[in-house]
Amino acid sequence: MITETEIADRVTICFAGDSGDGMQLTGTQFTNTSALAGNDLATFPDYPAEIRAPAGTRAGVSGFQLQFSSDQIFTAGDAADVLVAMNVAALVTNVKKLKPRGTVIVNTDKLSDKDLEKADLTSNPLEDGSLDGYEVIEVELSRLTKEAVKDLGLSAKEADRCKNLFALGMTYWMYGRDHSFTKNWIKGKFKEPYSTANLKALEAGHAYAETMEIFERMVEVKSATLTPGTYRNITGTQALAIGLTTGTNLAEKNLFYGTYPITPATDTLHELAKLKNYNVTTFQAEDEIAGICSAIGASWAGSMGVTGTSGPGLALKGEALGLAVMTELPLVVVDVQRGGPSTGLPTKTEQSDLLMALYGRNGEAPMAIIAAATPADCFEVGIEAVRISLEHMTPVMLLTDGYLANGAEPWRLPDIDSLKPIGNRLISTPNGEDGEYLPYKRDPETLARSWATPGTPGMMHRIGGLEKDELTGNVSYDPENHEKMCELRRDKVARIANHIPEQDVFGSDDGLLVLAWGSTFGAIRQAVIKANNDGKKVGHAHLRYISPFPKNLEAIFKRYDKVLIPEMNLGQLSRVIKSEYLIDAISHTKIQGQPFKVTEIESAINDAISNNGQEA
Amino acid sequence: MDNVTEGEEAVTPSYKKKDFMSDQMLRWCPGCGDYSILSQTQTVMAGLGIPKEDFAVVSGIGCSSRFPYYLETYGFHTIHGRAPAFSSGAKCANPDLSLWMITGDGDALAIGGNHTIHLVRRNVDIQVLLFNNRIYGLTKGQYSPTTSEGKVTKSSPMGSLDHPFNPLELVLGAQGTFLARAVDTYPKELRQVLIEAEGHTGTSYVEILQNCPIFNDKVFDSVVNRKVRDEKIIFLEHGQPMTFGAKDAPKGLRLNGLEVEIIELGGEYSEADCLVHDKTSKALANILVQLDYPDYPVPMGVLYQVERPTYNDILHAQIDESVEKKGKGKLKDLIYGGQTWSVE
Repeated sequence: MITETEIADRVTICFAGDSGDGMQLTGTQFTNTSALAGNDLATFPDYPAEIRAPAGTRAGVSGFQLQFSSDQIFTAGDAADVLVAMNVAALVTNVKKLKPRGTVIVNTDKLSDKDLEKADLTSNPLEDGSLDGYEVIEVELSRLTKEAVKDLGLSAKEADRCKNLFALGMTYWMYGRDHSFTKNWIKGKFKEPYSTANLKALEAGHAYAETMEIFERMVEVKSATLTPGTYRNITGTQALAIGLTTGTNLAEKNLFYGTYPITPATDTLHELAKLKNYNVTTFQAEDEIAGICSAIGASWAGSMGVTGTSGPGLALKGEALGLAVMTELPLVVVDVQRGGPSTGLPTKTEQSDLLMALYGRNGEAPMAIIAAATPADCFEVGIEAVRISLEHMTPVMLLTDGYLANGAEPWRLPDIDSLKPIGNRLISTPNGEDGEYLPYKRDPETLARSWATPGTPGMMHRIGGLEKDELTGNVSYDPENHEKMCELRRDKVARIANHIPEQDVFGSDDGLLVLAWGSTFGAIRQAVIKANNDGKKVGHAHLRYISPFPKNLEAIFKRYDKVLIPEMNLGQLSRVIKSEYLIDAISHTKIQGQPFKVTEIESAINDAISNNGQEA
Repeated sequence: MDNVTEGEEAVTPSYKKKDFMSDQMLRWCPGCGDYSILSQTQTVMAGLGIPKEDFAVVSGIGCSSRFPYYLETYGFHTIHGRAPAFSSGAKCANPDLSLWMITGDGDALAIGGNHTIHLVRRNVDIQVLLFNNRIYGLTKGQYSPTTSEGKVTKSSPMGSLDHPFNPLELVLGAQGTFLARAVDTYPKELRQVLIEAEGHTGTSYVEILQNCPIFNDKVFDSVVNRKVRDEKIIFLEHGQPMTFGAKDAPKGLRLNGLEVEIIELGGEYSEADCLVHDKTSKALANILVQLDYPDYPVPMGVLYQVERPTYNDILHAQIDESVEKKGKGKLKDLIYGGQTWSVE
């Protein structure tokens, strides 16, 4: 049999099925196999809030999109080359993700009248013309899988559960992927007879694709020319857990993670709970408030207290954040943002907690805020949050979002020796002129106070939420002292700007500046590369440090004619930038629970340029 | 600290009460029961043989929660109701601390009710001193979760319509391992209870009946007043028969079926007929927590005490086990773990 092999630079695949069909797992297998094949890649898991919504309904559809490439890529792809639909509900909810003339693999065993009814359909999409313009490949996925595992004595239901591996086998054939990673994974994951069943389903899918000549061609995506080094595929959640743990180890402190389960932050707890032998303590508290309060208590007692949550949880933590500001203890608060307000869209991504992070507390309560740009960047940002918190004695808010947490990319691993030790403000001898301990006496350069932990002889003192005397830390109602303390707390955070890198800018030094933060990095960077390749003058500054901003930000603004700020909210960063720097920034927003597409940013860039009357 | 000489080993520090008095001016109202509780706590802490720097005192918000400012120890005046969570984090981070949590009936049972039950359920090894004055003092006189039904307060001009908690019954229901009760004005008994609380491994929950002379004066007077206390209080001692009453009219408690009845001793009944206090009996604890004024004398002392592994011990045992099994984690293994590949 002769099959043509086509070379492609990049391919996007979307696996979609019921929440119970194992789509996240199937996608992860394809991802890891592609990573080992040397592709650059990015993933976007998209799943419902309900764990098992009624099978076959649109509400229950879980999807996993990945893009793999032979050159550098930054997103999981605007549109899919291939859609694998395990049932008709997955087909109709995801078909719009396909490129024109894209390939869709449809499970024809899930097209009965009853299946159509569950998916709110009155006609069969294979017959009513709604798939015109696509290359449709009809496969009896359920029947063929049952056939493949028939000798193993599985129940009909058990046999059907192997069909995701059959589909994976088909896609492995299409892209010439090696089976060994997935085979080893199956052997480690499943007991017999399920292990053999899944192996047989995988091989049967591959063989079916090969022998039935259902695809016109095989597609080869060559290895990407990535920067030399050692890589591993990593999700934002894993990178964050490793980053926080690395940070506390570099600081030679214990990490205490106090938290309460909330989507999509919970997986951070799962990851950290596995790291007990790295000086990590996890505490699953009774609620969000207890999560942060336990972390502050641990910091008081000498650990690096960390708490993690998502929007609704951050709202509950507000009062305790104020106490951390007042007592000037180390604390890292991770907010994995999701769609809001209220319960909002728990499993969808958004950047709408920025103003809450900046201002969502009573009183003048400033704290440091940093944000991760990509899944792998969560590692560096995790270390940086610990560094700022311990060296500056301040709570640090670390913003990620659902897209970063669940998305994955190859991570070039750092040289361990390049990781710098992290200092702290621990003190064990009195710092007052008369031999007394003054807990609020400050380092003149950073304004950080010292940190004497319970158990240290001769340093007994009391702290709390009442206003502090500027030196002794005793309760003070003195009017001038209060004003001075408010200013000191503000200035302490502002002075962190002296200890962070200056903002870098990618692309053009003048023309249009695209300013952004967080998980929009990938789509913006790709769009800015294209704009520059097309001869347009566009720069991209992606903020890691939001409170305080890098010192050179104002100078950067002065170089550009226009500043465009794309965000997944209704314009929160642009509001802050406008008021801080008095510039007329253009806000471009999307708030659909879905990340920006590269093409959407390209349009926004083109609009900004043409509205400005500025041609490249 | 004066008696501790450097270089000597295993010297038990000996302190005086004044070593535990901070330089801060006491700001409770004249006649407040908190003064006595503070004084007894300072005396007890001085005599425990624990290095002063190892005491950590955590409080929430309310009159009682000003307590840490007046103790020359490490202190943390936190936010309303959340002291159990701060205490849990601190004790888990440093299990060597002698951690004392100070709270009131509003702080512990209204805004902090959730944290209270979970602290007790986990059995984190700390002492909790619940100052129960059955009123909100710092906000100037609203009914609290322990205020009696019908009580006229500023926020209940026609009488409180809330049914109150019985704090120790709540703590027992939350799987408490140490339940005790004391009175602000009975220093000797209060000190004894505090000593036993510190000696217990687990969450030691001590309800202290405390008078608020401004907003709820004499709320416990019909129990603790010296004229009636012989009849209205029973001091429990492990292994001893439950007797109370004036010397010339001794009484005892005995069980009739599942009901407790008061018997007069000296005639038909003797001490041999009385219930014997067994602080390890949960069945008995269930009965004792329900004895209340006016039908019964109010039990004081340690009502219940059993051993159960503490949260902080189990937590650290898991960490130790993990290190033993996997070895002390190295950053190289952490970062280079999982499936990796090289690009030349």
